[in-house]
Amino acid sequence: MKLCRTRRWLLLLMLALGTLLLAGCHRDDGVEWQLNNVSGHMPDLDFQLVDDHGKNVTAQDYRGKVVLLYFGYTHCPDVCPLTLAQLHVVMQRLGPLADGARILFVSVDPARDTPEVMHAYVNAFDPRAVGLSGPAREIEALSKRYRSAFTREPDRADGQYEVSHSSAIYLFDGNGKARLLSTPSNTQDQMVHDLHLLLSLGTHS
Amino acid sequence: MSLRFTLPLLAAGLLLTAGVHATEAQHVRASAAWIRVLPGDLPAGAYVTLENTGDQAASLRGAHSPNYADAMLHQSSSAGGVSRMSMVNELAIPAHGKVELSPGGYHLMLMKATSPVKIGDKVKVTLSFGDGSTLDADFVARPANATGAEQ
Repeated sequence: MKLCRTRRWLLLLMLALGTLLLAGCHRDDGVEWQLNNVSGHMPDLDFQLVDDHGKNVTAQDYRGKVVLLYFGYTHCPDVCPLTLAQLHVVMQRLGPLADGARILFVSVDPARDTPEVMHAYVNAFDPRAVGLSGPAREIEALSKRYRSAFTREPDRADGQYEVSHSSAIYLFDGNGKARLLSTPSNTQDQMVHDLHLLLSLGTHS
Repeated sequence: MSLRFTLPLLAAGLLLTAGVHATEAQHVRASAAWIRVLPGDLPAGAYVTLENTGDQAASLRGAHSPNYADAMLHQSSSAGGVSRMSMVNELAIPAHGKVELSPGGYHLMLMKATSPVKIGDKVKVTLSFGDGSTLDADFVARPANATGAEQ
């Protein structure tokens, strides 16, 4: 019975591999992703920014961790906190597995988002969240790399301003490869499902 | 209060008791009111469910709070993969209907707290309606990573 099962799995695996070879692209390990699969369609994670401790960091510093990349800014009272609060719930649902993941919250408003502001902000959401800020050109480069856009809206009468920004969350595996894209139409269950898979793949997938 | 103010108020009060001119605020019930408190002096989003029990439509025009220097009615939207916020002049609450100010949609943006707002605090927010009437509601201060009015 057990042997039979193993053979069936092997057969399935071979079938899956065959399909992959036929498809001729590195689509994916036969895994049924529920978010948008962007493997092979987006560049690897790469940046030089400043973390919320004021330390210079690069994407290399997060290798070995599954990364959830999200662009936003702290003076955003509604959508950014909502997204980060939802990511916190996702992390909680992942349990101890969540230690293998990092939420990288990249500020698209570096003029106001100093490391101190970012530190207090990200820690109010999740201990596995990191606030990244830095020179405007570095943030622009990272944003462009993922075809994400942000625009500073016209100043209001009180001198304050809003920034429109990409609503997507980009997921990278432990090797810094872009794997999945989550948009507001995706559910929390889908995110938990895919992160579970991504985290159990390890860094050598 | 001077006579100049009390007289019209008295008149208005008499009219109200006679049931002639009920204000919009009198027909609106506020529930599940909460504020997402962010660290430092960052603007906070405030949310509430407004139910109109009257036969006439009501419209929320704005808000103010003694705890914040400024409050604005806003709407978040996400179109074409981009999140943005826009000002809203009024939000209609249909007769016998309700609207929810909830994360990712309509919300009040509260700015510059006059004194630090602590988690669990009840913050008074005065909602103003199209006819100038107002409604006071207690908004519960909730942590940054809260997902709704309840624990």
